[in-house]
This record gives sequence, C-alpha cells and structure tokens, in this order.
Amino acid sequence: MIHCQLNKQLRGASGIFELNIDAQFPARTFTILFGESGAGKTSILRMLAGLMTPEHGLITSQNQVWFDSSKKIYLKPQLRKGAFVFQDQGLFPNMTVRKNLEFAQRQSNQKKLIDEIIELFELGDLQHLSPINLSGGQKQKVALARSIINQPNILLLDEPLSALDRRTRLMLQEYIQKAHKEFKLTTIMVSHDLSEIHKITDRVLKLEEGVISEVTVETAFGETNKLIKGSIISSKAIGENIKLEILVSREAYEMLEKRSKDDDEIRLCK
Amino acid sequence: MEALITMPLVLPPTVIGFYLLVAFSPSYALGGWLGSIGLQFVFTFEGLVLASVIYSLPFMVQPIQSGLTNLAPSLAEAAYLLGKSKITTLIRVLLPNIKPSLLTGIVLAFAHTIGEFGVVLMIGGSIPGKTKVASIAIYDEVETLDYAMANAYSLLLFLVTFLILVVVYLVNGGYLNRMWK
Repeated sequence: MIHCQLNKQLRGASGIFELNIDAQFPARTFTILFGESGAGKTSILRMLAGLMTPEHGLITSQNQVWFDSSKKIYLKPQLRKGAFVFQDQGLFPNMTVRKNLEFAQRQSNQKKLIDEIIELFELGDLQHLSPINLSGGQKQKVALARSIINQPNILLLDEPLSALDRRTRLMLQEYIQKAHKEFKLTTIMVSHDLSEIHKITDRVLKLEEGVISEVTVETAFGETNKLIKGSIISSKAIGENIKLEILVSREAYEMLEKRSKDDDEIRLCK
Repeated sequence: MEALITMPLVLPPTVIGFYLLVAFSPSYALGGWLGSIGLQFVFTFEGLVLASVIYSLPFMVQPIQSGLTNLAPSLAEAAYLLGKSKITTLIRVLLPNIKPSLLTGIVLAFAHTIGEFGVVLMIGGSIPGKTKVASIAIYDEVETLDYAMANAYSLLLFLVTFLILVVVYLVNGGYLNRMWK
C-alpha cells in the first residue's frame, strides 16, 4: 500500500496552480491516472519516484517513509525501489538492449533472470540491437522490461501508449498487463486517452485543477471518447436475437446508426 | 564557479601567468608551502604544465558541459531509479554518451596548449631544453633574425594543429564510420 499526500505549486497551461492531492494505492492494484495535459499527472509520478520533491507532504510505502516534509525525510530514488517508464523511455544508447537489462540489475549478473525477462517480453530478436535502431513500440517494451528487472514494489508508467499506432498499443497493453500480474506490481499509469485500456485497470483517478477524484471506468472512458451507451440487436445474421450492450465512440455510433437505417439486421437503441 | 573557469578565455594570458608566478613564488605563502613539501612550480616544466591546465580548462569544460546539458534528463533519472549512484551513472551512462564532446574538449585543450605563449613564458621563463616551447622558440628565432628556423617551427605547428582539427571533425562528423562501411 502506498499512501501519498502531496502539495506543490505547478505551472500548467493556464498559469500557476496548486496541486493538492491525497491518494492511496493498495498493493497489486492497477490505477490509471488521467487528466488533461499540464494537469500535473507526470509531476505526481515524479514525486512518487523521488525525482521531484513536493513542498509539503508525506509519502509512505508499506511501513517505509519515503518523504515527510514535517520530519525532513527524503529517501533518494535509488532507495525507493520504484520503477519508472519514461515517456521518452530513457534507454541508454551506448548499450545494446541486453546490456541495458544487464546494467539495470541491482545484484550482479543474473543471467537466468535476464533470459526469463527477454523471453517474457519477446525481445530475443532485439537483444543485440542498439536502442537507436528500435521502433517506438519496441523501445517502450524494452523500457518496461528494464524497469521491472529488480522486482520493484511500484511501477510508474508515464503515457506509455501515446504516440503508438493502434496495433502496437494493443500489443504493449498486453505486456503491461503481463508485467503487472507476473511481478505482482502496484502499477500507476498516467494517460490522457483511455481508449481500450479500461480492461486492465482496477480503478481510475481523475486529476483536475490540482485535485484527484475517483471515477468509474465508464465515466472516464466516456469523457475521453465522448461515449454513448447503446445496444445493438441483431437478428437474421445469427438466426436469433442477440442483445449486446456496447460502449462506442460517437463516431462509431453514428456509423452504426446510419447502417441500421438501411439494414434491418442491425437495430440500435439507446 | 562557471565564471571563474571561463575567465582564461577572456583574460590576457600574461595576467594569468603573472598571478600564477606570484602565487607559486617561494617568497609567498602558497609557493613557500609547496616548496616545503618539495614542489617547485616557478620556471620548471611541472609549473608550465599546471599553468597550461588552468589556462586551457575552459576549452575542456565547455564542450563537456554543453554535451551533458544536451543529453535527455531521463537517462540519468532512469539510472538513479535503477539504483545507480551518481558516480556510476556519470561513468557508465553519461560520459559514454557524450563521446564527441569529450573528444572535442580533449583536442581543443591540447591544440590550444600547443599554441600557448604568454602563460608559459611567464611561469616557465623560456629556459632552453627545459621550459622553452615551440611557440616561444619561434619568437626567439625571429628576434635573432633566423627566419629559416622560425619557419620550420611555424610550419610544424601549423601542420600539427591543422591535422588535429581535421581528425576531430572527421570523427565527430561520422565520416570515418561511413567510410568504414
């Protein structure tokens, strides 16, 4: 369980604002933190990791205090055992993929563990390449693999799925899910777009005007995709009446609606 | 600190030479203390080297500094999060990724030192066979109207510095790598 109370002045899109949050992240849960860009999502991750210090606040992980402004405690990032996947991945260009993983280990060379990780993330073909020669999705995969090699107690992901095409995004989601489950991690993922990701997450926190609130997956999903809840009823094609509850984007809904008008196989109701 | 390191860029070399000469002179505190532990920097080769190091420091520091600031901050941060100390991060991650800047710094500092005149004259004193460097020798030969000798020295310095710079630009421009393939 990670508990944080953070207070910090941040500069956002519309000037300086105060970030003031109090949140708990139960062990082994997957949390998505979403909000508009400039809302302070990345800053929260950075404060949890120890790369940024809040003006006031408290961060504890299990029984360990990571930060306490009243007692002037600040635990260095090296000692927090957190894993961070940066938006620009932060892979070391002077090392191959495999060397990146080897260097990342806290204990000396555990070949077996590295082989396991390489297999889990299907990096076999890439392991001797330099990060410079990898695609965006491959880099994210390597960064994810590297971050969890020391069995961290918290995994912080900063927009890992942005700037990827749909197929790569789906693939990477699978790996994130795999990592989260296999390594029994407490994961916090920052995102401004929730398309498709909702199946992984346990809960969604929304960051707005410096304050965090918990929202349902549907609300969050609807907000980022302008969702419409509807049902499709199909009859002839399958031979029986099937009713499907769906959540689709407005665009897709309009397309379905148009089709249902000139095709009586699909009926749409709100 | 930065201003202090950059000073030799703008300060006349003779000024630095003069202050170093005074500082290392046995009749003053620092020079006297150094003398008592057996170090003599005035009019010796060692002193000349030390003065050149100080004088050429900005040429080494500035490329390295700009190289480091141009690196993505996530490199160092990723290393810290993987439990690496600042020293390990510097040696294994940061420095290997600014090799071109390192090379530029080393070579510029070296080439600049070759052509140094004022500082080495002040602190070295141009003692033949000991602290007389090529750039000072040229001046001496011209003084004694031996233009042939001065020309020989000059041509040598010209070629050496030119070659050094050519090599730096070839390596940093990646021409050698491309030719290799």
